[in-house]
Amino acid sequence: MYKEFFDYFQNNKNVYLDNAATTQKPKEVLQIMQDYYTKFCANTHRSNYSSANKATQLYEESREYLQKFINAKSAHEIVFTKGVTESINFIASSFVANKFATVIISTLEHHSNIVPWHMLGKSLNHGLAVVNCDENLNFDMKHFESLLKQHPKSFISLAHISNAFGKILPIKDITALAHKYDSVVMIDGAQALAHIPVDVQDLDIDFYAVSSHKSFGPTGTGAVYIKDIHLKDVKPYQTGGATIDKVTFEKSTLLDSPYKFEAGTQNIAGVLGFYAALKFINSIGYKEIHDKEMDLYLYLKKELSNIEGCEFYNDTAYSIGSLSFNIKGLNDEDIGILLDKQNVQVRCGHHCAQPAMQYLGIEGTIRASIAFYNDKYDINKFIIALNKAIDILRD
Amino acid sequence: MHIEQSVEQRVEQIKEDLALFDNDLEKYEYIIDLGKQLDALESCHEKEENLVQGCTSKVWLVCEIKEGKLIFKANSNAMIVKGLVYILIYLFSDLTPKEILSTDLNILKQLNLIEIITPNRQSGVTGMLKRIKEYAYAFDKKQ
Repeated sequence: MYKEFFDYFQNNKNVYLDNAATTQKPKEVLQIMQDYYTKFCANTHRSNYSSANKATQLYEESREYLQKFINAKSAHEIVFTKGVTESINFIASSFVANKFATVIISTLEHHSNIVPWHMLGKSLNHGLAVVNCDENLNFDMKHFESLLKQHPKSFISLAHISNAFGKILPIKDITALAHKYDSVVMIDGAQALAHIPVDVQDLDIDFYAVSSHKSFGPTGTGAVYIKDIHLKDVKPYQTGGATIDKVTFEKSTLLDSPYKFEAGTQNIAGVLGFYAALKFINSIGYKEIHDKEMDLYLYLKKELSNIEGCEFYNDTAYSIGSLSFNIKGLNDEDIGILLDKQNVQVRCGHHCAQPAMQYLGIEGTIRASIAFYNDKYDINKFIIALNKAIDILRD
Repeated sequence: MHIEQSVEQRVEQIKEDLALFDNDLEKYEYIIDLGKQLDALESCHEKEENLVQGCTSKVWLVCEIKEGKLIFKANSNAMIVKGLVYILIYLFSDLTPKEILSTDLNILKQLNLIEIITPNRQSGVTGMLKRIKEYAYAFDKKQ
């Protein structure tokens, strides 16, 4: 029933189960972007005519909405970025570099939360420590504490929800423990906002990166929450127009946060689209989203479990969204292509989490990732197509 | 696989075979069936130095020369790729190095494989073609 809110589903009869890669966009998101470009297209924070003022006002309203959405204390703690990847790179180079001897990540991280640390010159056991997970891919708190004991005053950077396996990390417990050891915590929330509410104050997070396009908004937009106590220690990532208070040939004086972190013309349409996406999520409500998704998630797991040779890597406890599996003896990419030819879209491969695949001793998985607009029809069609693919591939 | 036809005739043959199928899924079934017919590659050849660059799946390609003609053998850990490998071996085995080096690889475009294989796999096919040409070049120099 929720598919009617999305033009994509009016134009396609595909079964879309690749929501962890990107979500579809509701009409409201497309409408506000269209309105911006066709009715009040102007740059923000510069000119003083009416459409420029309207664009600026809506841009700042978007910031305030996101602030309240994740329960940040103040709007100046919200910095718009291109997305989670840029947010992590920004904090890595502007806050972590030369300040922390050790960065601690988990086994299940996306490459975007591994490669930036390598770029800082850190590698495993040389400034980079990795927390183990158990046989169900749950975050190993005991191992985490042992790493914190060895490396107090570290920078902790973890995904809220694993993109490849859908495992939810116990963020509140993690931040409490990390702060006990004088460490600072950044959370990659790319997979979170589409599925679960986030309260950065309750979770006591220092940095939290969010993605628009994985949360029903447009691509190329995201944000990072920076707890106010850290703002003075974060250096501007880039500089240029709209970041400065005063410039002479002798020196430049920068504005306060968030403006000093948003150099150049921003992705205005993207931010407004993100604003509309957040309002859309609120109009559905996280309880409804969660109930609908969990019902589907468990149904998907049950149906897959009936397929001979289906191998899973985690249980469904503390999991949401993504479900990864393989079919014994068959190649995940072969299955993905044959599903596509039956109009079923899933992602196959390493999901930008090669170290997690190496940990499990596999090349990749087939990942079905659901959003609240999916339904049992989608799952049934997926299972039929999967069985056909298996029949074709097996002798 | 011993083939007497010219490359052009072989391309035409595959093209005709693929044209028999109405949709992509049926074409893939055909390609997978070809992969199942691929001559076995001895496991000792499945090593790093024989891996083809650019493939998302693993492809091992080896080559030997018999009576002046190149004989290719290959394997892959993915069935669809095995089928594509079968087609490439069908097209380029049993040719002299000079014949391979003088073949315009754009000839493959006539197969319209680009329409049915993913961009990732296209770079894999390009990688396999590059390796076939490298073998041809190396054997041509030796002769």
